[in-house]
Amino acid sequence: MFGLKADWSLEVFDRYFTIGDYAGGEARWCPGCGDHAVLSAAQRVLRDEQQKPELSVCVSGIGCSSRMPHYMGTYGFHGLHGRALPVACGIKARRPELDVWVATGDGDCFSIGTSHWIHAIRYNMDMTLMVFDNAIYGLTKAQTSPTTPMGLKTNTHPFGATIDPHNPLTITLGITNVSFVAQVVDWNPPLLYETLKAAYRHRGTAFVRIVQRCPVYAEEVFKELQNDPSRFLLLEHEKGIALDPSVRRQFPERIEHDPSDLASAFRVAADPGRFPLGLLYHAPEAPCYEDLSSQGSEMTPEQRLAGLDKVLDQLTI
Amino acid sequence: MTTALHETGRPEPPLAAAERPATILQEHIVEIVSDSGEGAQKCGQTFGTVCAKMGNGVWTVEIIPAEIQPPARSPAGASGIRIRFASHTVTNMGDEADLVVAFNEQVLYSRIANGAYKQGTLVLLEDKWRDDPVPEIRAQYAKAVAEFRDNGLIVHELPIEQACLQILSNPRRGKNMFVLGMLSYLYARDQERAKEEIAIAFKRKGAEVIGLNHQLFEAGHAFAAEHLDFRFAVPPQPQEVLADTRFIVTNGNQAVGLGVMASGMELVSMYPITPATSASHYLADVYHEVGGFVHQAEDEIAAIGFAIGASYAGKTACTITSGPGLALKTEMLALAVMAEVPLVLVDVQRGGPSTGLPTKVEQGDLLAALFGEPGDAPKVVIAAATIEECLHFVVMARRLAETFRTPVVLLTDANLATGVQPYPRPEPKAEWLAPPVDQSEWTEDIPPYDWDARTGLSHRPIPGMPGGQYILTGLAHTTRSKVAYDSDSNQIGCNMRSRKLAALASTLKPPEVHGDQDGDLLLVSWGSTLGAVEEAVDRARAEGLSVSSLHLRFLSPLEPEIEAIFARFRRVMTVEINYSDDPETPLISRETRRYAQLATLLRAQSLVDVDSWSVVYGHPLQPGMIHGVIRERMAAMRTGGDA
Repeated sequence: MFGLKADWSLEVFDRYFTIGDYAGGEARWCPGCGDHAVLSAAQRVLRDEQQKPELSVCVSGIGCSSRMPHYMGTYGFHGLHGRALPVACGIKARRPELDVWVATGDGDCFSIGTSHWIHAIRYNMDMTLMVFDNAIYGLTKAQTSPTTPMGLKTNTHPFGATIDPHNPLTITLGITNVSFVAQVVDWNPPLLYETLKAAYRHRGTAFVRIVQRCPVYAEEVFKELQNDPSRFLLLEHEKGIALDPSVRRQFPERIEHDPSDLASAFRVAADPGRFPLGLLYHAPEAPCYEDLSSQGSEMTPEQRLAGLDKVLDQLTI
Repeated sequence: MTTALHETGRPEPPLAAAERPATILQEHIVEIVSDSGEGAQKCGQTFGTVCAKMGNGVWTVEIIPAEIQPPARSPAGASGIRIRFASHTVTNMGDEADLVVAFNEQVLYSRIANGAYKQGTLVLLEDKWRDDPVPEIRAQYAKAVAEFRDNGLIVHELPIEQACLQILSNPRRGKNMFVLGMLSYLYARDQERAKEEIAIAFKRKGAEVIGLNHQLFEAGHAFAAEHLDFRFAVPPQPQEVLADTRFIVTNGNQAVGLGVMASGMELVSMYPITPATSASHYLADVYHEVGGFVHQAEDEIAAIGFAIGASYAGKTACTITSGPGLALKTEMLALAVMAEVPLVLVDVQRGGPSTGLPTKVEQGDLLAALFGEPGDAPKVVIAAATIEECLHFVVMARRLAETFRTPVVLLTDANLATGVQPYPRPEPKAEWLAPPVDQSEWTEDIPPYDWDARTGLSHRPIPGMPGGQYILTGLAHTTRSKVAYDSDSNQIGCNMRSRKLAALASTLKPPEVHGDQDGDLLLVSWGSTLGAVEEAVDRARAEGLSVSSLHLRFLSPLEPEIEAIFARFRRVMTVEINYSDDPETPLISRETRRYAQLATLLRAQSLVDVDSWSVVYGHPLQPGMIHGVIRERMAAMRTGGDA
């Protein structure tokens, strides 16, 4: 019922929530799967923000990552393959006070749900959009995904993936109304936590691509990255993600990048040699669709009936 | 009423208008046919409204070409409107037209091919093509007029455009109101009312345009008085029908929009598809008056997904589509069934996949609505039979959806969507509106699917309710909405969802038979064909035939006691606008014959040998057509025993 503030004074809450309040069923992802780290980072953000669990909804599609709602103690909607975003947007449309998280993956978001990804970014409704990108279809057992690196052997391409992968960052940055684009890796908890917190606090669709290990089907993709931190480029800026000293130590290659600079964000995102980490782009003032879609929510039944009478009068002979 | 034309096609000097007696009729069917963009529909709608305001029963239906701007003077480009008005209630478009105004002769060919006219139909034809500078056009015109006359049409060639040119330079815009003036003279319509309607129709264009159109209207009125030697009177309906009733005039799609507003649903999520879209156009125009919002989604799947999201969050929403959209929405619809999310899906049916018959009518989605989903997906399916029901059934659908925690599919079709008629103004009540979102505390030991074993019903937690947190899932789930790893849960969940339909069926009344309660032949219909079927049955009964009809509004669950009603008739036959094999065609036997959709359902459900008669010409069924079928079937029953 209470907590300590930073200045050690006592803060009394109406209700105080612990991590347990955000925990649902026991996570059944494979041992070593990066999804576990994302789940605990998200739960920590909710706890630290003291978001009421009943006002939070975690929406997902289909795939390993889309199991996330089951492991949350909030409301959840585990729907159809590729279709998390329309449902999430619909939840927000007339209930903008609800806090919405979306858990999706590289197949769910970048393949079967491509159209919704493009349009949801344009609607820019206030939600945290986590794409768990493990560069493979895991749940259906090792098929090529839109981000599978060329040459990786999968069950659908046993001689190696044949086309260069999508770059989800440049695509997202190219969409009208894009307001928040970040990239993190699952194996750096402080950066993951701070990035999800910034995404949560952003008003608009916060797109976070989480490079996430699948130890069962695509281990080699990430082994290489994990073993060579110099392949990453850590983005630093006062308007960017708060960086823990341990994060700076982990990633020696760093640049100063202003997240309000879209052209620079494109350059960073498109660089084939370096894998950017942190906040690429942030436009806090981009318009949110729920400001339109929720109009009229406050009308009373009397006002609605009066409005209906007016409409009927126009048709009355 | 016969032609006043002599050989040159010029009219005889007419009698003075006031001396001309009007022929009194119980009803008349008028068509106005033109190239696209000449305003025939606006003319007809205004005429229909004036008739309705003068107390006639009215049904108008638009004649729509497939293209936006089809080639001028082409049969396929025929665009226009039909107005059937009468001294009684009108429930359908009727049979052949009595009078047609045509802006060129070519567009009449497609109407003739559709059987829209009969011997003696009066044709008021624009004659400017007779002297067209292009020789081919002159030849086409002369040939067509001769053919029309050979076929029994009574053609009056009239210099309509020439008269309009005295008022404005581009008669393509304006000829329609001139024609309205002509029709108002012919049917002795109240001129002041007509001018009021013109003012309403052009109110956004300003006083100058209204004035010009009034001038055209008056000129048309005088022109008809000068050039035509006949007049008609269609008296209003009896006073007791009209007494104390206020009427609204809408098409079926506007009625759906009104129903959405009257139901208290605050969100419609749609993707453009003909003929459904105009419902959303209408809502987009007026929905803010009741605080609602139309979301145009990126595709059909997103449209239903968005609606399901809103419904899940406690604001039951509506998605409006046509057949191809229904096909795309099936998985989402199945999810809503499985996860028990209330939702209203309106399907304004048309024909075929792809562009199919986009502007034409078909009742082709019944089985898709009932059985189109992966796995078992029991849901409520209802069909509106009239334009008025398009309104009231949406209100009912929202309530059913929330009470039974299920999607409700409401089927209408292009015939209802484009038909316009007056009907009693609904008096909206507060209890029609959706209740406010329940945000009270949920009792944590009650599972989110706390099914009542007898009815399958349960209450649902809504995001925001403390203690109600659950994960709605597309996986087979337990009462706690947990992934079902055991073997019983899926069976139990399916039982419960199916049981809700039985619970709903137990509240329904048996449908009413139109005509005698027993007899030789029972026609069974659903959807927009009600008016045409009952009119045909009335005609056949007036001839002494033992035929009745039964119209179904609930398709899932079916209304009760249908089997008992069927048992009182020697033969039962559905009448539908969807495909069935004609039993007389090669290779078709009792075993191979594919029946119409309702017949397929009723055969399976009742074990009665239900026959079907159906056609897919793309136009609404007309009473004359059904009357002919009744006579044939009755004759066959007499000669072939019970065949």
